[in-house]
Amino acid sequence: MAQAVSRLRHFKNIEFILGILLAGTMTLLVLLSPLLFPDGGEQINLTARLTKPFTDWAHILGTDPLGRDVLARVITGGKISLLVGFTSVAGAVVVGVVMGLISGYYRGFWDMLVMRFADVQLALPFILLAITFIAIVGGGITNTIILLIVSQWVQYARLVRGSVLSLNDREFIHAAKAIGVPDFKILFQHLLPNLAGPVIVLMTLNVATNILLESSLTFLGLGVDPTIPSWGGMLADGRTYLQNAWWVSVFPGLAILFTVLGLNLLGDWLRDLLDPTGRTET
Amino acid sequence: MASFLLKRILQAVFVVFVVTLTVSFAIRLTGDPALMLSQGAGSVTEEDLANIRQALGLNEPFIAQYWDFIKGLFVGDFGRSFLGGTSVSLLISKALPATLALAFSSMLVSIAISIPLGIHAAVNKGKTADQVIRILSLVGLSFPNFWLAIMLVLVFSIMLQWLPPSGMSGFASFIMPAVTMGVILTATNVRLVRTAMLETLRSQYIQVARAKGLSESKVLYKHALRNCAIPLITYFGLQFGGLLGGIVVIERVFNWPGLGTLAFDAVAGRDYPVLQAVITVLSLLIIGVNLLVDIAYGLVDPRIRNR
Repeated sequence: MAQAVSRLRHFKNIEFILGILLAGTMTLLVLLSPLLFPDGGEQINLTARLTKPFTDWAHILGTDPLGRDVLARVITGGKISLLVGFTSVAGAVVVGVVMGLISGYYRGFWDMLVMRFADVQLALPFILLAITFIAIVGGGITNTIILLIVSQWVQYARLVRGSVLSLNDREFIHAAKAIGVPDFKILFQHLLPNLAGPVIVLMTLNVATNILLESSLTFLGLGVDPTIPSWGGMLADGRTYLQNAWWVSVFPGLAILFTVLGLNLLGDWLRDLLDPTGRTET
Repeated sequence: MASFLLKRILQAVFVVFVVTLTVSFAIRLTGDPALMLSQGAGSVTEEDLANIRQALGLNEPFIAQYWDFIKGLFVGDFGRSFLGGTSVSLLISKALPATLALAFSSMLVSIAISIPLGIHAAVNKGKTADQVIRILSLVGLSFPNFWLAIMLVLVFSIMLQWLPPSGMSGFASFIMPAVTMGVILTATNVRLVRTAMLETLRSQYIQVARAKGLSESKVLYKHALRNCAIPLITYFGLQFGGLLGGIVVIERVFNWPGLGTLAFDAVAGRDYPVLQAVITVLSLLIIGVNLLVDIAYGLVDPRIRNR
């Protein structure tokens, strides 16, 4: 038993190290991309078109049919994914946490409204919501972020509401009410810190999900403008010349895989860290 | 039980109402179909536009249009496509079986992989096998489904030339789409099977089965698996929505003649009756399956009813 536990701890460390290594390296490379690749991978060089990967040091990951450097485009394209991933989660957290706090604390009509709305959203798969939304307002970075916020805040609202419902009956909340602490303070100073843990875990995993969703939208031509380099856009491009240039489709996908896997590993590690009871169970 | 049933059905009807109302309303916001229809048709007068609107019923108030839509829904009449005037119900009735066939084959692939793997992980909890399966399932959650689809096409259609890269034509054409979605589903399902199994393996009847000397495979597959079948069927049922959403994307890669392809063509051509019908049919399916799962679970486990 003791041995199993120590082995589990050991494994958890590997999970953390691998997660930081993958997500950290990818984030760092993307953040440094203006320095590493000042041309942003836009430079067209027809004499070097369709260079195979690992054959030319100037183009380690090869070039696309226009002779643009795949490595430069992959690293630059990450900016879109990270920007959309992080801002959409930040927005969804703000909306979801406030809605969840209010509906869990005040209950009644407001609570019913929020929860029924959540039911409706859960019945509609993301991609259908996306098709409808984009058909109305059009694509682009801002609209993609708004769409992700609209579709993801519900998770936070449900999570926060559930925790608030169980915290409402605890002594420290009763005490705070009894000595006349204003509702606003109870919500944000007494309740919020007590449910930060699960919210942070959900956020980490949610950045990963949203990066995947953004790439799907852009791949389908519903998300970010295809002329801006982005992982989903490059994959959509690459599919058309899969026959003679496999590398154009392989590397953006690997970039998504490394980034998202890193975030998922970190989220998993955080969940076990913040919820020690679940450590041996699941 | 009756009140539980009634409550769940009323909830489902409410969700259907809100979804259809939102979709109909939202689609009206996307612009004037008469203008788009007449684009490229040479000189178009205001009178022509008015005629088109009259013909399409766009002059009616929104509530009347919505009411017509709901009436049509009950008799399976979704109007006619703006492009070519084909009956929308006909388009749906051709595309729906293709999508459902893909959904069920993906489900089968996923069950065939995730049950043995999940059981193996649960039995070897904390050991290397469990950790490898855990990492693999995390990897499976970390790439977009369409990328896996592209990679399969690259290997099996372009390099090895074993499988057709697109279209729906016989058994071989099902393999890559079903494996793509099956693998994505498996990433989640393995964990669900493992958790359900761990819980069951702690039960006393498992100890009894072992104590009376049954073989390990009999204990696992006959006693334990049967007892965690109910939660598993529930999980699998509730995944249906996500599965359909994923298939809509995958259809794009494989040119699968299903609802997803229909929807994207409708978006590109601003063919609102078709888009509205696809979204309505898909949401009805999902709400229906979720309702059935809930009711079935309530029938089997009385504790759920009182929640």
